[in-house]
Formats: sequence, structure tokens, C-alpha cells
Amino acid sequence: MNRIKTKLQEDKKLLSIYFTAGYPDLSDTVQVIQDLEKHGVDMIEIGLPFSDPLADGPTIQESSTAALKNGMHTELLFEQLKDIRKSVSIPLIVMGYFNPMFQYGVEAFCKKCHEIGIDGLIMPDLPLDVYKNEYEEIYKKYGLINVFLITPQTSDERIRAIDAASDGFIYMVSSASTTGAKQGFSDDTEQYFERISEMNLNNPQIVGFGISNSETFDQATKRAKGAIIGSAFIKHLTKNGVENIGGFVKGIR
Amino acid sequence: MSYNANEKGYYGEFGGAFIPEMLYPNTEELRQNYVRIMEETSFKEEFHQLLKDYVGRPTPLYFAERLSAKYKTKIYLKREDLCHTGAHKVNNTIGQILMAKRLGKNRIIAETGAGQHGVATATVCALMGIECVVYMGEIDIARQAPNVARMKMLGAEVRPALSGSRTLKDATNEAIRDWINNPVDTHYIIGSVVGPHPYPDMVARFQSVISEEIKMQLLEKEGKENPDYVVACVGGGSNAAGAYYHYLDTPEVGIIAVEAAGKGVNSGESAATSALGKVGIIHGSKTLLMQTDDGQITEPYSISAGLDYPGVGPMHAHLFKSGRGEFISITDDEAMTAGLEVSQLEGIIPAIETSHAFAIFDYKKFEKDDIVVFNLSGRGDKDLQTYIDYFKL
Repeated sequence: MNRIKTKLQEDKKLLSIYFTAGYPDLSDTVQVIQDLEKHGVDMIEIGLPFSDPLADGPTIQESSTAALKNGMHTELLFEQLKDIRKSVSIPLIVMGYFNPMFQYGVEAFCKKCHEIGIDGLIMPDLPLDVYKNEYEEIYKKYGLINVFLITPQTSDERIRAIDAASDGFIYMVSSASTTGAKQGFSDDTEQYFERISEMNLNNPQIVGFGISNSETFDQATKRAKGAIIGSAFIKHLTKNGVENIGGFVKGIR
Repeated sequence: MSYNANEKGYYGEFGGAFIPEMLYPNTEELRQNYVRIMEETSFKEEFHQLLKDYVGRPTPLYFAERLSAKYKTKIYLKREDLCHTGAHKVNNTIGQILMAKRLGKNRIIAETGAGQHGVATATVCALMGIECVVYMGEIDIARQAPNVARMKMLGAEVRPALSGSRTLKDATNEAIRDWINNPVDTHYIIGSVVGPHPYPDMVARFQSVISEEIKMQLLEKEGKENPDYVVACVGGGSNAAGAYYHYLDTPEVGIIAVEAAGKGVNSGESAATSALGKVGIIHGSKTLLMQTDDGQITEPYSISAGLDYPGVGPMHAHLFKSGRGEFISITDDEAMTAGLEVSQLEGIIPAIETSHAFAIFDYKKFEKDDIVVFNLSGRGDKDLQTYIDYFKL
């Protein structure tokens, strides 16, 4: 069974961490993954940097620019990860933008992910209909789960369609925003969490965007299965490098 | 084969809407409504009234006698440079501000490179009394000071794009991010036939007034609607889309697209997307774009800020790929020389973007009886400093 699905069955709230591959140093990728697992993180999103990350706020943009400047690219990421399953067993997801995957070749990219032991992909700018019509079979062939996003503006009808096309979890964007931690959630966000919870979707939801500390983590996971932290962890890496990743994780839960 | 967008916004294999879910409600609202609104009688009346009384349409189709004599063919100039604000851009911003009003939006955002689209957007926002924020690359702000001042004078807020290369591509990214953060009250006025569906089709429809007028004017002057060729410069491609629009499915009308070769197509400093681009995704559209092997979008170069874009609208990618359009790349030097020539033969100083179109005579031979319409997309006032520096005037 896909590691993501197994993990989702555990009776606990999941902590997922996003980081940008090749940041702060080109060779930090594997170390960051290993340390995150060692300190109890449940799932990791490995960011494949892109020159034009439309959905990201300044923190992840800057880390992407730095990683590209460091020399990160798709083939190198796969090379760095080739032995990752010898030391890491939690679910690993590659998150990025569609163009680098498209240039690599969608099938070649999926095949490589499968060989490495990647469990899923998050490509926010690969639309639902294009995925269904052109790529779903390829993802399935290589055992990859495609994770879709929903936002407070997503209609119930579309959420149902996304739920039907999903086979793992739904990435629930906490507010209408790009990535980057804001402080706390508004009443609107609470209502949105409640609305989604009451839809009784087939796929559990993991909340992302705006989660930066234990308080926002607890709020987000009150109804959802888990939460994803990205920008706040990138800020930690910017400040401390790969030192004290355990301290960061302990600060969350 | 049709050269217009299908209902999903595809021109052949190009187009579509490759956008993160955060943008789906915004673009979907627009997609569901744009054709309906544009076909409403009240919308058409208001749009055409403003084009007539405010923009100054129809713009003349002018027979360029001295230029024709020199190149031994019949050359007509479609005078978009005479539009209010000095370029064709305002045709689209008028259309989109009326669209935004009907969608109940009370805040406008836009991206701009050289500042022409930013000025055209700030202008219509002033006209309608709507809040306006224009994103502009920090580097472009520094080199296009007069247009920044114009936007401010018109009441717009100009926000510097500080990310990436700090030029047009990054200003577009910042505008898209603003829209993600303000999905309900804000309309994004994209300035070219780029971006996710329905933008390329919507902008092309608003600009199609150009070829609509050419047809009528040519009928009056030559007794026929169809020229032998329509020539336009292409950055993102909005003036070209407008000039080609009503001729797309008329194969006897040759379509010539002129791109900026910068310092030479193979110099590493170019914006000739048809020659250098590969299929990929930029700003929500599948199209030809300049990128690394690894799929990172690269920085183009052209002396003309309006052609300095690493992609091309999906309509143009399809015209190129299908062979319907003939694509020619023109260097900075060739464009500047042509701009000077048109100034001195016809008394019209063209925008440097447009000057590229006038530099094709070394690459394309016309017959004596050919009727060749050039879309004179903008006037050169904004480029005076560049002309001064180049020619040491």
C-alpha cells in the first residue's frame, strides 16, 4: 500500500513539513529529510524549485531562487534522492510547478519518482481536467497519488469533483492567499474548516498555508487530519541552516 | 482548421488554464460570463461609444505613399498610435474595465513592462473612478520614469515587483499573486493575449476592433476587404491578435508576425520566442516560451520593453506551429534603423515595438500590386530617450 494511505490510517494528527530542495545548501536535501523523520515528522513535501512560483509568497520564492542559484535541477534532485529509501520510511511527496515536470517528460518524471520511492505529487498548476484526461493513468501506473488543492472559494460542487478524483488526501488551503505564515486564523477560516468537515468527504484533509506554530497547528487540526508547515520551516532553515531541526519540530507539537 | 480559441481556450495544442486552484474561482467566473457580457447590447453600445468618443476610433488607415514608393508595393498603416494614451492597449483596458464593472468588481490590478498597459489601465480606472494597482518590475520602474509618473498622476498606485529578474515576467507573477490574495473584489486586467483562458480570447476579441476597421476602410479605399498581408510586431501579441483577428480564417490574407531578435537570435540576448521557445507553461497558459532544458523560464532581451517577454500568446504559438503565420525576427539595430526611416519618410515616429515590423523588407519581398497593412501599434514618444541615445540625436 502507498505509504501516504498507510500513514493516513494512523490514529493521530499528522504533521507534514515542506522544504525547498537544495536549500539552504545544495547538498542539504537528504540531511533535512532524515532529520525531519528522526524528530517525528509524519510526512515531507520536497519542493522542486521553479523560477516563477506563482502560488508562493516571498519566503518560498526566495528559497526557490536561492536553490536554483545553488544549482538545483530536476535530475540532480532525483540523483540526491536515489538512496533515500535506505534511510527514510515516512511518506515523501514532491511538490513543484508543472513546467519542470512537463519538460522532463511526465511519464519519465513519474517513473523516476516511483523508482526512488516517492509516494505522491503536488503540482498546483496542473488542472483537474488536464490531469484526468491526460495524466491520471500515468500517475496510477507508477503508484503515485496526486494531491489536489481546495480553497475557501472552491464551490461545494467542485470540492466533490476533486474528492472523487483524489485517492489519498486533499490539500486544504487555509485562506485565499499565497504561501507564507500569517498570524492566526480568522472567524471566516474557522467557518470554512467547519463547512469542509461537515461535507464528510471520502478523502481526509490536510491544511496548509498560514500554519507556523503550535497554536495554528492545533487550530488547523481540530477538524482536519493534519497540517503542513512550509514558510515557517524555510525561515528556520534560513536562520539556522540544518542545525536544530528537532527544536523546530518540538516547537510545533 | 480554426485559428480561434475553442471553448476550453485552446488554439490547437496551445492555451488552456494551467492555474493553481486559488485562481480557479476568479477565472471561472470570467470564463462563464465574458462572452455573454460582450454580446449584451448595452455592453456593445457602451464599449463602442467609449472607443469612439474617448479613444478616438476609428483610427485612420493611411496609405503610406513614400514608404510604398521606396519598397515598390502598396503599404497601408493602421494608425493605432493615434489612440488616446498612444497605443492600441487602451482598446483592451476599456473593454475589461466595463467587464469588471458588470462583474461587480471594485478594485483593478494590472502588470506592466514599459508602462504602456499600466498607463492604459490607470487611465480607464480614473475614467471610472475605480481603485487601481499596477505592478511593475523594479528595473522597469527605473528605466521608464515618465510612464511611472503618468500612472501616478492618473491616481494609480505603482507597486514594484522585487522578485526574480524584476521585469515584466515578475510584475505578472506579482499581479497574479495579488489576485490570489484578493479573489473576490478584484479584477485583473491582463494587457496581452497571454495568461489563462479566457484571457487570450477575451483580449483578442477586444482588440479585434482593429481588423474590423481595416476591413471596412480597405473596402472603401481599394474596393476589397482583404489585403494580401497583415504585418504586426509580437511580444505577447495583443496588437497582432487584433490586426489578424478577422483574417485568421481567410487563407488568402498572409499573416506576418515580427518578433524581437534583440542582439541576434543566437546571441543569448533575444526575445524571438518562435525561434528559441519550446512548449511549456507560463502564466497559466500552455504556449511557446523561452526556458532552460530543466523548464526554468529564462530572461528575454530586447531594446523594446514591450517585446521583452519570454513567451508568446497561445494564438500566435498556434499560428507559428501550424504554418498559418510567417514569423520573422528583427534585431535591435534593424528595428532602430527602420524606425528612423518611417519617421523621415512618413513623418510618424513609431514606438520601437512597431519599428520592428517596418524592418522586414530585407527578409520579405512584396509584389508591386500587393496590399500590405502594417499595424502601427504605438507612437514613439515614450521611446525618445532610447532613440536619442541610439542615434546620438
